[in-house]
Amino acid sequence: MSSAAETMIDVRVWRGGEEGEYQSFSVPRRDSQTVLDVVTWIQRNADPTLAYRFACRVGVCGSCAMTVNGRPRWTCRTHVSKVVEDGRLEIGPLANLPVIRDLAADMSPFFDKWQKAEGTFVPSRTRHEPLETISPESAERQAADAAIECINCGVCYAACDTVRWSPEYFGPAALNRSWSLVNDVRDAGNLKRLAAAASNGGCHNCHSHQSCEQLCPKGLNPTASIAGLKRRTMQAYIRGEIS
Amino acid sequence: MSARPHTTGYRGDRLWLAAMVHRVSGVLLAAFLPLHFLVLGLAIRGEAELDGFLQWTKSPLVKFAEIGLVLLLAIHLLGGIRVLVIENMPWRDGQKRMATLAAVAAVGIAGVFLVALL
Ligand code: HEM
Ligand code: SF4
Ligand code: SF4
Ligand code: FES
Repeated sequence: MSSAAETMIDVRVWRGGEEGEYQSFSVPRRDSQTVLDVVTWIQRNADPTLAYRFACRVGVCGSCAMTVNGRPRWTCRTHVSKVVEDGRLEIGPLANLPVIRDLAADMSPFFDKWQKAEGTFVPSRTRHEPLETISPESAERQAADAAIECINCGVCYAACDTVRWSPEYFGPAALNRSWSLVNDVRDAGNLKRLAAAASNGGCHNCHSHQSCEQLCPKGLNPTASIAGLKRRTMQAYIRGEIS
Repeated sequence: MSARPHTTGYRGDRLWLAAMVHRVSGVLLAAFLPLHFLVLGLAIRGEAELDGFLQWTKSPLVKFAEIGLVLLLAIHLLGGIRVLVIENMPWRDGQKRMATLAAVAAVGIAGVFLVALL
């Protein structure tokens, strides 16, 4: 195959930190090529100093999210054919997060807010007690399951205008996690968690824009989870459980 | 070198637009309120002035603007109900269709008013 006959993609890649510029690369088009393949091709063949992050390459670890032609995407499972526009790709770091360098965003604020939203499991039994039996059919378990498959990729966080406009806001992923735990009958941390959900950075910031739900690569629905938190915090407030 | 551009390609997506239309209609309605109070004020101050105003409202241009107001209210009301349903009822899929439906219904309501007016 002669290289002259190859179809090329015109790729613009963000270089630098908060200040920087897009750099153009010409990358050969391949069948079933993912956006991560494109970035990897650039790093291996054009510029080894390009900084980006990935690990599993199969949509499990959540580390490869970037901004692709204006929308946040998990790059390892996003086919070029789905997002390319007129043979062009523009790839940048995730929005709403600081940039470390090039395509690597600093995820610290994202995970800090996960903590602030009390997104960690609080066990109600010790290891010496028998395991609790949970029916997979129970309403609580199904609600917890609906929100549980999050891979912490930050796509929803980068797509949320409310995060952009109010830096305090925990964002869709942390609150989606919170809702999963609120419905987990084994968990004993709900009062603190609901108080966090009702606090300044919490669920009542959300305007149900649904950009998170539209773009979550796992098909999760943070909008619905947050709506659940809005109702549950309201009930807790009326009952005087939180102030 | 320049600052990282804000990449917001998801703006313009249908549900995002629905949220923005709702916000803009709310702000425009709020901007109309002082005018409304002004007219109520006229009604209290005296009949002559109010009559003069009511005469003015009969002009075609004002009638036309009224339709705009009806449209705004219908859009904001239906859009608001859509948000309240999302937040307070069990989730239902097909939100894009709901947003389109709300917009079409709002235009329909304004259309009925327009026909009634003509
Ligand atoms: C007719 C009944 C109405 C209903 C059902 C309604 C419903 C709503 C709802 C649910 C929201 C929250 C949207 C969000 O979370 O983003 C909202 C926002 C708002 N409403 Fe209304 N509303 C009504 C009438 C009005 C009127 C008469 C005005 C004007 C004075 C108004 C002005 C606004 C404004 C400025 C916002 C903020 C928009 C935003 O934050 O995006 N609304 N409305
Ligand atoms: S639904 Fe709420 S969390 Fe999701 S993008 Fe909109 S404002 Fe953000
Ligand atoms: S909710 Fe979806 S988009 Fe958000 S971090 Fe989890 S997997 Fe990613
Ligand atoms: S590299 Fe693991 S999710 Fe993309």
